[in-house]
Amino acid sequence: MVDVETQTILVVGGGMSGMTAAIEAAEAGREVYLVEKNPYLGGRVAQLHQYFPKLCPPYCGLELNFRRIKNNSRIHFFTMAEVESVSGRRGAWDVRIKINPRYVNEKCTACGKCYEACTMEIDNAFNYGMDKIRAAYLPHEMAFPQRYVIDPALANSPLGASVREACEYDAIELDMQPKSVDLKVGAVVWATGWSPYDPGKLDTLGFGAYPNVITNVMMERLAAGNGPTKGAIVRPSDGKAPQTVAFVQCAGSRDENNLPFCSSVCCMASMKQAAYVREQYPEARIYIFFIDIRAMDRLESFYANLKQDANVIFFKGKVARINEEATTGNLVLRVEDTAAGSLNEVNVDLAVLATGMQPNTSLSPLPAFAQRDDYGFIASMEVTPGFFAAGCSRTPAGVSESVQDGTAAALKAIQSVVRR
Amino acid sequence: MDKKIAVYICAGCGIGEALDMEQLGKVATSECKAALCRNHPNFCSPRGVQVIKDDIANEGVNTVIIAACSQRVMYDVFNFEGTILDRVNLREQVVWSHPAKDEDTQMMAEDYLRMSAARMKQLLPPEPYKPEQEMSTDILVVGGGTTGMTAALEAAGAGYRAVLVEKDEELGGFQKNVSKNVTFPFKNVQDNEIDKLIAAVKSNENISVLTGSKVEKLSGGPCLFNAQIRQNGSTSDHHVGAVVLAAGWKPYDPEKLDKKLGYGASPNVITNVQFEQRAKSGKITRPADAQAPKTVAFIQCAGQRDPQHLAYCSSICCFTALKQAIQVKQQDPKANVFVFYQEMRTPGQGEDFFRKAQEHGVIFVRTQAPEVLAKENTLAVEAFDELLGEEILLDDVDMVVLATGMVPATAFGEDFKVKREEGEEKTDEMVASVDSIFISDILNLDYRQGPELPELQYGFPDSHFICFPYESRRTGIYPAGPVRRPMGISNAVEDAAGAAMKAIQCVELTSKGMAVHPRAGDLTYPEFFMQRCTQCKRCTEECPFGAINEDEKANPLPQPTRCRRCSVCMGSCPERIISFRNYSVGIIGDMIKSINVPDEFEEKPRILVLCCENDAYPALDMTGLRRMSYNAWVRVIQLRCLGSLNLVWIADSLSKGIDGILLLGCRHGETYQCHFMKGSELANIRLSKVKETLDRLVLESDRVRFETVAITDYEKLPALLDEFAEKLVEVGPNPYKGY
Repeated sequence: MVDVETQTILVVGGGMSGMTAAIEAAEAGREVYLVEKNPYLGGRVAQLHQYFPKLCPPYCGLELNFRRIKNNSRIHFFTMAEVESVSGRRGAWDVRIKINPRYVNEKCTACGKCYEACTMEIDNAFNYGMDKIRAAYLPHEMAFPQRYVIDPALANSPLGASVREACEYDAIELDMQPKSVDLKVGAVVWATGWSPYDPGKLDTLGFGAYPNVITNVMMERLAAGNGPTKGAIVRPSDGKAPQTVAFVQCAGSRDENNLPFCSSVCCMASMKQAAYVREQYPEARIYIFFIDIRAMDRLESFYANLKQDANVIFFKGKVARINEEATTGNLVLRVEDTAAGSLNEVNVDLAVLATGMQPNTSLSPLPAFAQRDDYGFIASMEVTPGFFAAGCSRTPAGVSESVQDGTAAALKAIQSVVRR
Repeated sequence: MDKKIAVYICAGCGIGEALDMEQLGKVATSECKAALCRNHPNFCSPRGVQVIKDDIANEGVNTVIIAACSQRVMYDVFNFEGTILDRVNLREQVVWSHPAKDEDTQMMAEDYLRMSAARMKQLLPPEPYKPEQEMSTDILVVGGGTTGMTAALEAAGAGYRAVLVEKDEELGGFQKNVSKNVTFPFKNVQDNEIDKLIAAVKSNENISVLTGSKVEKLSGGPCLFNAQIRQNGSTSDHHVGAVVLAAGWKPYDPEKLDKKLGYGASPNVITNVQFEQRAKSGKITRPADAQAPKTVAFIQCAGQRDPQHLAYCSSICCFTALKQAIQVKQQDPKANVFVFYQEMRTPGQGEDFFRKAQEHGVIFVRTQAPEVLAKENTLAVEAFDELLGEEILLDDVDMVVLATGMVPATAFGEDFKVKREEGEEKTDEMVASVDSIFISDILNLDYRQGPELPELQYGFPDSHFICFPYESRRTGIYPAGPVRRPMGISNAVEDAAGAAMKAIQCVELTSKGMAVHPRAGDLTYPEFFMQRCTQCKRCTEECPFGAINEDEKANPLPQPTRCRRCSVCMGSCPERIISFRNYSVGIIGDMIKSINVPDEFEEKPRILVLCCENDAYPALDMTGLRRMSYNAWVRVIQLRCLGSLNLVWIADSLSKGIDGILLLGCRHGETYQCHFMKGSELANIRLSKVKETLDRLVLESDRVRFETVAITDYEKLPALLDEFAEKLVEVGPNPYKGY
């Protein structure tokens, strides 16, 4: 009898969890497909300035992971790709992948001639729309793979032809179409990560209405040297250096009307961002409005150190409302002081909403057999035999936990395809 | 193998316009003695690649030098099996960062070609390490608690045999004494299913369970470990491939707690661990009179988050207190249950469980420093309630439960460092920081650097807890569960699977002669030319992974499967006897010697830049990608790790007339970024020693410098490189120039 089963593993999502699952399985000798919807690998961490608690650049570890991918011929990855359908069973899954057009083929050398020739600008998604980027672009400077992308708006415009002309290597294909690829795999690891919770849903906190209310993910881009301000943390309204910054914890998280769960990383993320501000502006004052500071295990020492800083004020209380002072663009935060039982008003230059993690599993279709919990996460690691969930598909996780989870999922996937 | 070297100089991406290609070709064929040299407008195109393939097929070319873009790109295109390949980075680090059609840019490109050729002449293709002894792929799991049992089962489930060693007479670990659990997704208190886990382990034919046993000695290395295990008074040897360290944790000693918490003042003040033992008996009672308590106060962070005790948070005590509080409520819904907490830490879906406890009527008091007042027969808790903003006194408390934390089993025992220092003379020399290794009697490694895993912090033995959490400083030994980081059951179960994955990967790679993380797949390994060894012990002391043992005469005894191929040993050796087939003191030395140093200093100083291949080198590439420019006097050589810096390279450079040497390495110290932990620190120390020598030779010590560079520092690199060059102009030419 012909054995139709295969031992190849498919990992969906090229962020920390997925990339880890793919690499760990491949380094143990397994064939792996890795599917990523962005034009680059690395997921959300690629957009971070630094990791807590060491305040080190994510690219240090990412570069190493990219090297592991480059050195391992068992990993086959697709970017700009999404899963369209999954059917079958353990050992024999049929998965259809849709690859969206990049309009740039593998001949691209990243020489940058298309960028030079391009006059069209688009919102820069990598920087959460805080600046513009030319429509023929590298998603970001350290993007892996190092290959340009042409925005569909450019591809479909008369300007596209001149950009194509600029390419000396025939790398631009303006008529590139979405492509379907059918994969036969033995196991699937679903690691599609998270999106920042939509701050527009927090109607009392002024995001969208007041330019100086930003989110924690935007703060990462502001602090990053390759971000919209080249690393200068400034107010969006006037480019002014903020002297007072408020971090609004649990903006939507631990809130029955928004995300009832805790997103696990926002406390550490805000404290890390407070450290960014303190480093750039030694005089700046920081307020951190919180319910509980969740600095788990040894991360506690980061919290303990920050508490020693007289310019960082930890304020137990939930921010009820943010208003703008029209003349200055400053923000007035109404905060309930639970200790004193009073309502305080605090005036700051910049407010950062610690918005939580919306699991992408709650936003996009999943195979029918994949049960979600009340919050849209996949409820368990082994969804069904041969199909696993990892990282923020399952629970809010930081980098270390995502690596842990991705590694564990790699083993589960291997077990499910191993010949018994 | 006779090498036939061919050089392929790409003209694409601006290289052809910026450089004199003909002149470069001459350097390749005449100076570098390449058998052939070809140009192409873009070698990465299918036609370009075909040119190279044809030469390999038809011309007998077996050594390929591609002078084009950085090796970090087009790695998949320029991949020719069976040949030795080198990439000369003309694009990012020459033409993209220096002016076109410029004499200095041209000289730079030519030097890089010479350096590559010098490297290729010496380099040998790797031959994987194959020991005589049979390689084992069995996994040794140390610790038979939840983590250890799960790791053994997970390994077995993937088709590997496991040996499970447990010190107690029974499997189960801490969970053996626990009646109820709360695990992911933290909805409810559940029955503890440890007995099912124990049964599954016992009935698995791929797992050998050794209870009442301990590892007396662990020697060898991955795939070649010999574990000497003592059980029932007799010792047996087990040949294993990798180790999962799941030795667990011990509760923090409550006797050490602040007296304000009342431990010892009343029998009714117990710890969360003691609560479990009482609950296990079926009924929750207070110790003094075995009555079911009517009022119970849980006090969180007892001796935790406190530099006087445990500085860290044990992560699970909030969940434990919630669970125990609910257990009290389930036993007696009328009982008054209070949780005095500083900060409620129930991340993720755990928030549901916090709400669950509130639904059960548990009362939460947020306070920083509660005090337990133990009178003759009664207990009271006094605290400043931060939510009410006032002092409260809770009277008539029947039982107080203190949340003491988790201490990793590896944190106990005398520090090996202290023991070692007693026998050694103190010197004033700058030496690398010595790590703490607690003699915790768990693995009893037969390693020269000490018997257990070096700790990173608070006794936890991991090494890269953000990016690579399973890594430790001892190859093939993967800590998992609460010994790695404080964690509860659901996390430990997952951790066990992850560690089993790493252990399996380790045996798979090692048995093929390959290195494990971070140079996974590397087929080279260090070879020692023992005839010239002077028994100086530097290599055995400096190896960040304790990979090298010593015999009684202080000869190094390398253990190749323990090696991570960082080459720190190669840098440490004053006799230069340690080499890899594709990376040696001689190879780098020849590259340095191949640099053409002009006699005239004016506008032509030469600077050698030695940099870390993982961080500083990519940062230099990024500088090029951004078209940022810096002086063309630098010549960059990437090192596996800056810790492989051998001081002879500095001597070689200076005696050749090179004016300055710049080391670009990763951040070291407590928050190190070095993938090999100690590499950049050691390079810095070695450099400080060179500086002393330079001063003695009246050669300005300003000529050598160490700079810390992160991968994202590309914006700062041009200024850093140019500032160093200016400094050298100030210092003046190397007096050895022209000799």
